[in-house]
Amino acid sequence: MKEKIVLNMITQRAIEEGQAMEKGKTTPEYFKACSIVEMNPEDMKKLGIWRNTNVRVTSEAGSVIVKAIEPTQYVPPGLAHIRQGVWANQVVPPRTQSTGTPQYSGFPVTIEPAIDERIKTALELVQGAVGLWKEGGN
Amino acid sequence: MPKWITQVGCPYCGSSCDDLEVLVSDDGKKVLETRNACVIGNEIFHHASNPNRPTRPRMRQEDGTVKEITYDEAIDYTAKALLKAKKPLIYGFGSTNCEGMSAVGRVAEKAGAVLDNCASICHGPSFLAIFDNGYPSCTLGEVKNRADVVLFWGCNPMHAHPRHTSRYSIFPRGFFTTKGNMQRTIICVDPRETDTAKLADIHLMIDQGHDYELFDAFRTVLRGHDIPDVVAGIKKEQILEAAGKMKNGRFVMIFYGMGCCHTDGRNHNVDIAISTTRDLNSHTKASIMAMRGHYNIAGPGQVWSWQFGFPYCVDLSRGTHAHMNPGETSSIDLAMRDEVDCFVNVGTDAGAHFPIEAVRHLKKHPFITVDPNICMASEISDLHIPVRIVGVEEPGVVYRMDNVPIQFKKVVDGPDGVLSDEELFDRVYERMCELTETEPIWILNRGHAHGSSTAEQ
Repeated sequence: MKEKIVLNMITQRAIEEGQAMEKGKTTPEYFKACSIVEMNPEDMKKLGIWRNTNVRVTSEAGSVIVKAIEPTQYVPPGLAHIRQGVWANQVVPPRTQSTGTPQYSGFPVTIEPAIDERIKTALELVQGAVGLWKEGGN
Repeated sequence: MPKWITQVGCPYCGSSCDDLEVLVSDDGKKVLETRNACVIGNEIFHHASNPNRPTRPRMRQEDGTVKEITYDEAIDYTAKALLKAKKPLIYGFGSTNCEGMSAVGRVAEKAGAVLDNCASICHGPSFLAIFDNGYPSCTLGEVKNRADVVLFWGCNPMHAHPRHTSRYSIFPRGFFTTKGNMQRTIICVDPRETDTAKLADIHLMIDQGHDYELFDAFRTVLRGHDIPDVVAGIKKEQILEAAGKMKNGRFVMIFYGMGCCHTDGRNHNVDIAISTTRDLNSHTKASIMAMRGHYNIAGPGQVWSWQFGFPYCVDLSRGTHAHMNPGETSSIDLAMRDEVDCFVNVGTDAGAHFPIEAVRHLKKHPFITVDPNICMASEISDLHIPVRIVGVEEPGVVYRMDNVPIQFKKVVDGPDGVLSDEELFDRVYERMCELTETEPIWILNRGHAHGSSTAEQ
């Protein structure tokens, strides 16, 4: 068991994310669809966590608390996937290799257990980032 | 009697399905049911009737709350903010019609703005590769009727384009593909075993980020040379088998997605995909297509290329000519370098889909969102202006992923008093002309979307 594990992160679409997004980004459906990281059970074992444990994902760009789940679509050991959206974009590096397109896929992240930490809502993350978040919403 | 409206276009993904059927209520105001739509499309049509949808512009107050204002006030605020800014950025257009994009073009020119669309964070690298290497592509109809070997590279249509495989690429029976999926060989290249990969005859589970090497291996094999035992995590035998299937196909179709554009290499991955297509054409007929994400995200590429000569990252701030240089004039890079002093987010959600650091930079200046729905961008905006939903409440021309234009219909009336993107931006343009005491220039007939809507009904 390790305290931390370094994985290669990709952030891409999922139909659950698409459906929830059209319903609304402030809905519980969107929260459920996107505030997760899919990782191989082998990597969970290395990290010493059960599935559905909250973890802290940290990249060069930032850090976010999400729930680690077993992959809905098989992810090999060493790779992790957060569905595109608010939680993913807390850690996506904005570097573009001079093309305009950020590094949405293929960047190293550190994952560590964060069992007692709370997953923030989409609104809390985005409004919080720009200093607009107030407890209880606006 | 509720009425079924047929041949309705779906405003979600790049497949731009135009075979939906929608049941609308007696008064023509509410969508009751849809047929043929995927789960996401269905959600969009039903969402239009959501009672919590905003129907008036909302201005953020000093205490952080929002207050409803009139459209006139919102238009005045937008016009003044754009004129005051030295270098405003107008970004988005994943989900609006070409009429709206064209209207925005006039506003951007007047404001000396940078005009950018979602391709900037999506298929932008494809544009760069296409400029360098050409685009031997075809239409989705040709794929359906001819393609017997279909390659999905770094794309997952089962999730991102839910009806793509049933309408065009795997299952449908076409003119020369009468046996449908029985006749097609499906190859999938993806680091995950996606739901698309599960449908494939051959799944090459590539090491993430090593797309260029694998394309290179295919080119080497196709040219009759030897390759190492393992390339990008894929065994030589598997590469030879897949290359053999492609060589022996009658029509090979390569679809590629964000697996190429979002990872290391970007445009170079697309570049070599195009070269692979060219090499394949010395053995058989082959074609390539970018899996464009939204129903009309090919639209701004078309419209702005006519208007300004460039499809995205169009910098009009010099006032004399348009200038495009992704990396310099692209939204994310401009934001990260703090080079813009006003941000207008149209028909997309930069708040949710930009890396958060870029959002933080943009929020230092006036931030305006034009979108039918509450989204992350609207919830941090200084001003949110709701508009009608294209494809549901507003007709117009959209470009499908294969650059085929399709006239979308409206199926219900929008909420009373809510403007379309085109109406809104035309009024912003007029207000800017008033404020600068200049004459508006109208090149084309106005109200095109509305003219066609009456013809359709």
